Amino acid sequence: MANEIQYKYHPDNLVLSEPNKYKVGDLKSTEMVLNLGPQHPSTHGVLRLEVLTEGEIVKKIVPHLGYLHRCFEKHAESLPYNQVIPFVDRMDYLAAMNSEHAYAMGVEKMLGIDEKIPKRVEYIRVLVAELNRLASHFVAIGTYAMDIGAFTPFFWMVRDREHILRLLEWASGARMLYNYIWIGGLFYDLPVGFEERCTELVNYLKPKLVELDDIVINNKIFIERTANVGVLSRDMAINYGVTGPMLRASGLRLDLRKVDGYSVYPELDFDIPIGEGKMGAIGDCWDRNHVRILEIHESLKIIDQCIVQLTTDHKRTRDFDPQEIVPKKIRPKAGDFYIRAENPKGELGFFFRADGKSDIPFRCKARACSFVNLSVLNELTKGNLIADLVAILGSIDIVLGEVDR
Amino acid sequence: MEITALINFLKAQIDGLSIEQTENCTPKGITISSQHLKAVCELLHENEQFYFDMLSCITGIDNGVESGTMEVIYNLYSIPFERSLTIKVALDRKKPEVASVFDVWRTADWHEREVFDLFGIHFSGHPDLRRILLPADWNGHPLRKDYKHQDYYHGIKVEY
Repeated sequence: MANEIQYKYHPDNLVLSEPNKYKVGDLKSTEMVLNLGPQHPSTHGVLRLEVLTEGEIVKKIVPHLGYLHRCFEKHAESLPYNQVIPFVDRMDYLAAMNSEHAYAMGVEKMLGIDEKIPKRVEYIRVLVAELNRLASHFVAIGTYAMDIGAFTPFFWMVRDREHILRLLEWASGARMLYNYIWIGGLFYDLPVGFEERCTELVNYLKPKLVELDDIVINNKIFIERTANVGVLSRDMAINYGVTGPMLRASGLRLDLRKVDGYSVYPELDFDIPIGEGKMGAIGDCWDRNHVRILEIHESLKIIDQCIVQLTTDHKRTRDFDPQEIVPKKIRPKAGDFYIRAENPKGELGFFFRADGKSDIPFRCKARACSFVNLSVLNELTKGNLIADLVAILGSIDIVLGEVDR
Repeated sequence: MEITALINFLKAQIDGLSIEQTENCTPKGITISSQHLKAVCELLHENEQFYFDMLSCITGIDNGVESGTMEVIYNLYSIPFERSLTIKVALDRKKPEVASVFDVWRTADWHEREVFDLFGIHFSGHPDLRRILLPADWNGHPLRKDYKHQDYYHGIKVEY
């Protein structure tokens, strides 16, 4: 059995599994259907776009998703709450810490232990989550620059991201999929010397960000390529449920870290950057990237404050146990619960239904921000050039692991 | 906003609406009769007093064969008032169907397609109700409690 090829070839298999919406026979003589992906670098993974074109102009886009679907929600229905965390990691694999934070917070609220979490644990959580936010934004900006033709920024961003990944690996043992934030605590305390290395990283990154401004965001070619392209109005963004940097780039100051004030974010001082349309219209591709870069600066501010807290008021002690209140048996009361948190890409929500009898969720639904943000693509690209389609898709910043779940 | 004020407002506006506050639900929620879902959503979206301008999430739930019901849960958020609301409708498991809220919030498009894909709940009035995550020639709806996966898909063994 092991050596046997199981797949039964049939020429129609691919067509049957994901048929095109537009049939060639139904098109006008000036129209053409162009397939982009699923194996195309600018789709950032396995996303297929069925593009209805008229000459160079995009008339309609039908995204075909699900090439990476493994039904996270079905997995979650068969595992205890604490064992779901590794699956949560694998949704937005570029920002696993943030997803873990959201998930752990949700279950803690259901259990009613969210007030009892030690402050040091909360500060460590915010610190690693913000580090991961930096890493995620670095990939977003780096790959975006590569999408529209600039190669160098990608190498620079991946180089800087590497330092962050090494720090997180030091803390958790894994580079991308951490399983570090546990329900009720953390896997480990931070390693000795972590805070100093974090300070070094922040000092290292500050001049690099000036370089980044020069090479990407203020670059004349970059501005020409992105300003006034893919303008997303605020009303449309809200109507499509778009969240995160995309919504803020459209001029709405909405950040769940401020609005909901979860974890220790109320105690930290940071701003919410929004798109101001400096180079073109509010909510164009340039604004979206500019907001991400401004957010990197804000995250650095948060990291600085966390390090100060972790070395003064809540510093490491011999008897500190990050797993002190990790519950042995996780059995929330029966009820429905929706928790949301600000991920690098937008609002990550978890809907839980607990039946009160078992430690396995009756239903666990993930509201993925990439999935919802991607749904606005057709509206954004309508009437644009095919060349701009790649620029617009890249500026949405999707992770297919989260779109398909 | 008191949830009772919202319930009284909706009762006064819509005839024959059955509505009650949902227990054990965070954020606070209401359970309504499924045939009035769209009217309620339109009212909550348009009304200046409530103005739920964002639909965060749509969740489908299958309660199992014994209970004979399915549920669809809508998580709304009002950006100017910073309020959240959960709306719950119960559907008959044999013929699960509810009106689409695509006209109210465009984001419902993909959310409803996902619920249709994984639960087989029909959203009447949805302009393009196709499977979104699973292949078009897949059998069954995996998140139903009585789902049995097919043995082979294009000759590939499904059981791992």
